[in-house]
Amino acid sequence: MKEKYFINARIIDPSQGIDEIGGLIVDANGKIKAAGKKVNKENIPTKSEKIDLKSKVLIPGIVDMKVFVGEPGFEYKENFRSLSNAALSGGVTSVVSMPNTSPAIDNVSMVDFILRRGRDKSGINIFPAATLTRNMEGKLMTEFGLLSKKGIIGFTDATKTIQNSEIMSRIMNYASDLDVLVMQHPEDQELSKGRCISEGEISTRLGLQGIPDIAEKIIIERDLSLLGEYPCRYHISQLSSAKSVEVIKKYKKEGIKFSAGVSINNLSLNENDIGDFKTFMKVSPPLRKEDDRKALIKGIKDGYIDVIVSDHKPEDEESKRLPFAQAAEGSIGIETLLSLALELYHNQSLPLKKIIETITCNPARILKINKGNLKKGSDADLCIFDLNEPWKVDVSKLKSKSKNAAIENRKLQGKVLMTYLKGESVFSLQ
Amino acid sequence: MAVVKKFSAIKKIQKHLLGIQNLSIQEANHILDEAKNFIKLNRSASKKLDLLRGKTQINLFFEPSTRTQSSFELAGKRLGADVMTMNVGNSSLKKGETILDTAMSLNAMHPDIIVVRHQDSGAPNLLSQKVNCTVINAGDGLREHPTQALLDALTIINRKGKIEGLKIAICGDILHSRVARSNIYLLNMLGAEVNVIAPKTLLPNSISKLGVKGFTNMREGLASCDIVMMLRLQNERMTGSFLPSKREYYEYFGLTPDKLKLAKKDALIMHPGPMNRGVEIDTKLADDINVSLVKEQVELGVAVRMACLKLYCK
Repeated sequence: MKEKYFINARIIDPSQGIDEIGGLIVDANGKIKAAGKKVNKENIPTKSEKIDLKSKVLIPGIVDMKVFVGEPGFEYKENFRSLSNAALSGGVTSVVSMPNTSPAIDNVSMVDFILRRGRDKSGINIFPAATLTRNMEGKLMTEFGLLSKKGIIGFTDATKTIQNSEIMSRIMNYASDLDVLVMQHPEDQELSKGRCISEGEISTRLGLQGIPDIAEKIIIERDLSLLGEYPCRYHISQLSSAKSVEVIKKYKKEGIKFSAGVSINNLSLNENDIGDFKTFMKVSPPLRKEDDRKALIKGIKDGYIDVIVSDHKPEDEESKRLPFAQAAEGSIGIETLLSLALELYHNQSLPLKKIIETITCNPARILKINKGNLKKGSDADLCIFDLNEPWKVDVSKLKSKSKNAAIENRKLQGKVLMTYLKGESVFSLQ
Repeated sequence: MAVVKKFSAIKKIQKHLLGIQNLSIQEANHILDEAKNFIKLNRSASKKLDLLRGKTQINLFFEPSTRTQSSFELAGKRLGADVMTMNVGNSSLKKGETILDTAMSLNAMHPDIIVVRHQDSGAPNLLSQKVNCTVINAGDGLREHPTQALLDALTIINRKGKIEGLKIAICGDILHSRVARSNIYLLNMLGAEVNVIAPKTLLPNSISKLGVKGFTNMREGLASCDIVMMLRLQNERMTGSFLPSKREYYEYFGLTPDKLKLAKKDALIMHPGPMNRGVEIDTKLADDINVSLVKEQVELGVAVRMACLKLYCK
C-alpha cells in the first residue's frame, strides 16, 4: 500500500483534544503516521497523491457498542455482510456484536464461529460479546476467562437483565478478578413483563400496559450498590429516563467507577412519536417523555453518560407488521447513527466534540481497545463526513437487510462521505 | 324541514369507527340522533329494513363475546345486510395466521364493513390500514370500545334527557377497562362531569390527564352522582395480586343500597355486563328495575349499532 495524504480536513479527535484544520498521513501499513494542523501541503512530498477534503470533517472510525448482527440464527434479518455494508456507509468501523443469537454466544466454540464469519464476511472490526449467563437464563455464569482468551470483548445478556441479586453479585465478584467487562441491560423484568412503551398518559390512551421508569432505576440502583462491594468493569448498556440519570449522578459523585450508554433513539425521539401504534417506535428501553430525553442529553453534556450507541436491531417485516403488543422491539440505526447524532449538534443540544467523543474514544476506552483515535501508530480507521449535507432517510436505500428504521423519512443534516479501514477506502458516497 | 336537510348535509362521518378519541362531537351526536330513530323500530312488530340490502358485514371476533357480537349481528340483519360472523380465536390464529393475513383473505371477499374485536390494543387501527372497507371497532385490548360508550350515552339520554351537566361515576377496574376509557372520552365530550372510582392498583396514575377525577374512596366518588356505572371485575385480577380477595373488593368497591344512597336520590345504575353479582354489585340492586338500566343498555345497544352500520356503511 502506498502512503496516503489527506489535506484540508477539519480533524476532530477528542482523544487528543484536537479540533483543527489540517491533514492526516497514512503509512504503508495502514497506520496513522501523523494527524493535525502540522500536516499540510508544505511538509508532505509534492509529487505524492493528495486527497483534498475541502474542509470536510475527518474523525476516527466510529465505535458502536451495541449492535445486533443476526448470525447465527437470524440471517434473514441481518448477516455480517449486510451489517458491514450498513456500518461502513455510516462511518462505523468497529462494533460490539450482541450475543443473543440462536444459539446464543455462550461457549467457546461459538466464539470461533463468530470471529471466523466476522473476519470472512464483514469489512469492519467485529468485537463479539458473549452472554453473562448460559443461554441468557440468568442462572449459570459463562466461562468469562476462557471466552475472554478466545477474543470476547465483554459480557452481556443483551436484552435480558440478571434479575437475581445473588447471581449478579457473584458475576461482579468473579469478573473483577479477571478484569472482564460486564454490560447490563437494566430492567426489572417483573415490572416490564407483558408491557411495552413508557407508562403514562400515552400508554393509558393507547390501552397499552406501560413500563414504569422505576423498572430501570431499581436495577441500576441495585447494581451500583453491589458495585460498591464488588468493584469490576461495569457498564450500563442503555438508560432511558431522567430518574436513572439522577441515580448514576449520585453514585458517580460517591466515587463508584462505572460507565453508561444511551441509544440514539432515546436521544432523538420520545413517546409521542409512537403516534397511531407505529411499531417501528417499539424499542427497548422504551421511548419516554420529552423531559426524559432532555435529561439524557444533559447527562451526556455533564459527562455522566459516556457512550451513544445505535442499538441497531434489525427486524423483518413479519415481526413488525403486528398489533403493537405482539410486535418485536428494536430499530435499525447503525447507518444513521452519526447523522442522527449530528442533529443534536445542529439543534444546539450538544457540542460537536462531545458527540464525537461518545462514539469514538469513549467506547474504545471502556472496551480497552486501541480504536476511536487518530494517534500515531493507530490503525487508520477513518470517517469523513459533510457536517451540513441535508438528506432524507429513505429506508429502501439503507443497506441493512431489514428496513425497520424508527426515523424513516426523517430529514437529517450531515452525511458520511468516505470510510477507511486500516488505510483502505471501504466506502465512498456516490 | 328544509333547515333539517341543510343541517344533515354538513354531517360528515369518517371512514372508520376506531375509537371515541378519533370522533368529533358532531359525529358522536349524529350517531346518537340516528340511533334514536331505531329504538322505536326495534320495539315494533316489523323490525326489518332494507337500508343495507346487498351489503356484506363481517364480524371478526378474535376474542369471545356474547353481547356485542349478537348485538352487531342483529343490527346488521335488521338493516338487511348479509352478515357473517367469524370467531377467529379458535381457528386460523392457532394455525399461525396473523391478523393481517386473516384480514386480507376476508378483504378479498369484498365486504363493505368489518366489525372487529381483538385482544390487542390498536389491532383495528392496523386492520383499517390494510383493508378497503370500513372497520368498526368492537373492542380492542384495553384501548376502546366505542359502540359501548355510545350505547351507554344513548341510555343516559333516553332516561335523563341529556348528558351535559350530569355527574357520572365509573367504578371498578379502570386500568384494564376499554369500556371505561371510551366512556370517559365520550361523556367528557358531551359535557358530563366524570368521577372514576377504583382501588389504587386498578387506577392508572395518569388518569387525571384524561380529564376525570380519580377516587379510591367509593363514598366520596359517588357523592351527588346522577349515574353510577359499574364495571366488571375480572377474576384474573385476584391472581395477579391487584387485590387480596373478592370479599374485600365488595366491602370497599361493591355497589350496595347503602352506598348508593350517597349518590343523588334519582341516581341510576349501569353495567356493561356480564355482571359478577356479589362482587361488584349487590344482586338485588342489579335487578331493581327502578334504578338499574342494565336491560335497557342491551336493548339500545342494537339501536346504536344499527346507527353505526347505517352511517359508516357507504
